Amino acid sequence: MGDSLKIVVLVKHVPDAQFDRHIGAERTLDRSESILSELDEYPLEAALQLSEARGGEKAGNEVIALTMGGPDAANALKKALQIGAGSGVHLTDEALAGSDAAATSLALAAAIRHLGDVDLVIAGMASTDGETSLVPAQLAERLGLPQLTFASSLEVDGRTARIQRDGDGHSETVEAALPAVVSVTDQINEPRYPNFKGILAAKKKKIRTLSLAEIGVDAGQVGAAGSLTWVASAEPRPARTAGTVITDEGDAGVKLVDFLAAQKLI
Amino acid sequence: MVDFQLADEYRELSDTVREFADEVVAPVSAKHDEEHSFPYEVIAQMGEMGLFGLPFPEEHGGMGGDFFALALALEQLGRVDQSVAITLEAAVSLGAMPIYRFGTDEQKERWLPVLAAGKALAGFGLTEPEAGSDAGGTKTTARLDSGHWVVNGSKEFITNSGTDITAFVTITAVTGTEKRPDGTERKEISTIIVPRGTPGFRAEKAYSKVGWNASDTHPLSFKDARVPEENLLGTRGRGYANFLSVLDEGRIAIAALGTGAAQGCVDLSVKYAKERRAFGSAIGTYQGIQFKIARMQARAHTARLAYYDAAARMLAGKPFKTQAAIAKLVAGEAAMDNARDATQVFGGYGFINESTVARHYRDSKILEIGEGTTEVQLMLIARELGL
Repeated sequence: MGDSLKIVVLVKHVPDAQFDRHIGAERTLDRSESILSELDEYPLEAALQLSEARGGEKAGNEVIALTMGGPDAANALKKALQIGAGSGVHLTDEALAGSDAAATSLALAAAIRHLGDVDLVIAGMASTDGETSLVPAQLAERLGLPQLTFASSLEVDGRTARIQRDGDGHSETVEAALPAVVSVTDQINEPRYPNFKGILAAKKKKIRTLSLAEIGVDAGQVGAAGSLTWVASAEPRPARTAGTVITDEGDAGVKLVDFLAAQKLI
Repeated sequence: MVDFQLADEYRELSDTVREFADEVVAPVSAKHDEEHSFPYEVIAQMGEMGLFGLPFPEEHGGMGGDFFALALALEQLGRVDQSVAITLEAAVSLGAMPIYRFGTDEQKERWLPVLAAGKALAGFGLTEPEAGSDAGGTKTTARLDSGHWVVNGSKEFITNSGTDITAFVTITAVTGTEKRPDGTERKEISTIIVPRGTPGFRAEKAYSKVGWNASDTHPLSFKDARVPEENLLGTRGRGYANFLSVLDEGRIAIAALGTGAAQGCVDLSVKYAKERRAFGSAIGTYQGIQFKIARMQARAHTARLAYYDAAARMLAGKPFKTQAAIAKLVAGEAAMDNARDATQVFGGYGFINESTVARHYRDSKILEIGEGTTEVQLMLIARELGL
């Protein structure tokens, strides 16, 4: 197929940041009012651009959206299909509930192996719920693939992936041979909105469901049982208190200094 | 069975456009309104989303949707920015639709792909100093001269006629006289495509309007403007009849826009009434404000049902002229009434130009005038009643 690419994009169904988030009884997030993570629109756009530059599906390119989650997570896949992914894969199993990053990357690695030869796995820089940013690196490790993380640009030239990675004081260009795992930042592109053709086309696209048994993972390796970390407690943060207003009655300077001293700031 | 629930694809389109309106359109609305500037960057993104191609088939570069899909998009855009919404409405239902409906294969091939992609805009020139709802007053003429139409006259209030991406305007012009069955004569009115750049055709200085400031509106002048004979759109002498059929659809689109404006006023008022405190409580806890906003919501809901009904009839191939007139009437009034009430809820802040409710207040008045005044809608409804 020449230089065509098979790309897996990791997507996550996360609580909509526009609404208040709630922690449930099991110290896990209430996932009603959830959407496709905004940070996952960037890897999807990056994948679509790579595919389109190579002639798209007609030329043998594939963009597969992969998610792990409960039944509702299929909605994240549906959105990804509307935006332009060619197909969706939904890894879902009750035993996955409560998985930490390590267990998640183990399950996703097995799912990706199950999908056969993949040229690129592209993920966002973080999920907007857990925000660990651990999964792409762990996934690369488990798949034995090079990892290019926090990319603000991504090019694929033959069998070489090249990214730019911006630090505080410098930018690096990093290359790796395909296949590789890449995570991209929100600086990499301007994600597209789905159009009506895409919305209609998504109805005809396939979402494959995979269970743990199908990808050869034991229930004990994932979920709470297979996790290396667990959330010991989760409390809503207290609401911010009103600041202190100092009214100048001739002694504001003194009051300011007293305040700063009391806060141990001077 | 009556069912006003939206099918999945309509709801998903509506949600997507709502998101786009909030994230991309709203942040620059006040700036374009204040500067009276055309929002090219927003229009380009709407083009990429396929909004200009919603009701056209894919073979012409469209999205393969229908007129109702367009109406839903207009409602969501109208919520936050009527100028942007009317730019889309006019581009599709007045610019591209006549070409799609009445154009030859060559005309469709030449113009529809760029129009459906939002890369070019077209205007429709009907209104003249002495001809609006009464198109019989048309004075602009086009006479045939060695294979060319020679156009003379002027047009007023033509939307999308003078932007950098305007490709052409379609105008109505008197092309001769024709005999009525009773032997009397009347003007033969035809529609003709006049490309931008045609010598003798000018989009004059843009109007200083009360509202819709980011929408492009100009008077047009034609002085011996020559265009090829094949620029006739549709059958000669059918110009006005063709335009009327386009206008009926356009009323549904304008009703959707007005519904959006009315709903935008509700949404802003609810939010403000929960935040703004007076006499120790949020003003939304007072029944005076509650009742005002409840009535606003009732108007928006009524307007929505009216345009859904008219659109459903149209798509089912049933007569919808009266329903479109009712929808246009109700939605235009809902927008204006809600804008007035929302401004009252906001108090002084509602009188500041950069506030969205103030913009709705200035923008909504035209909804009782454009695409058939309130009085014209009432005439149509009364006529249907046999009066």
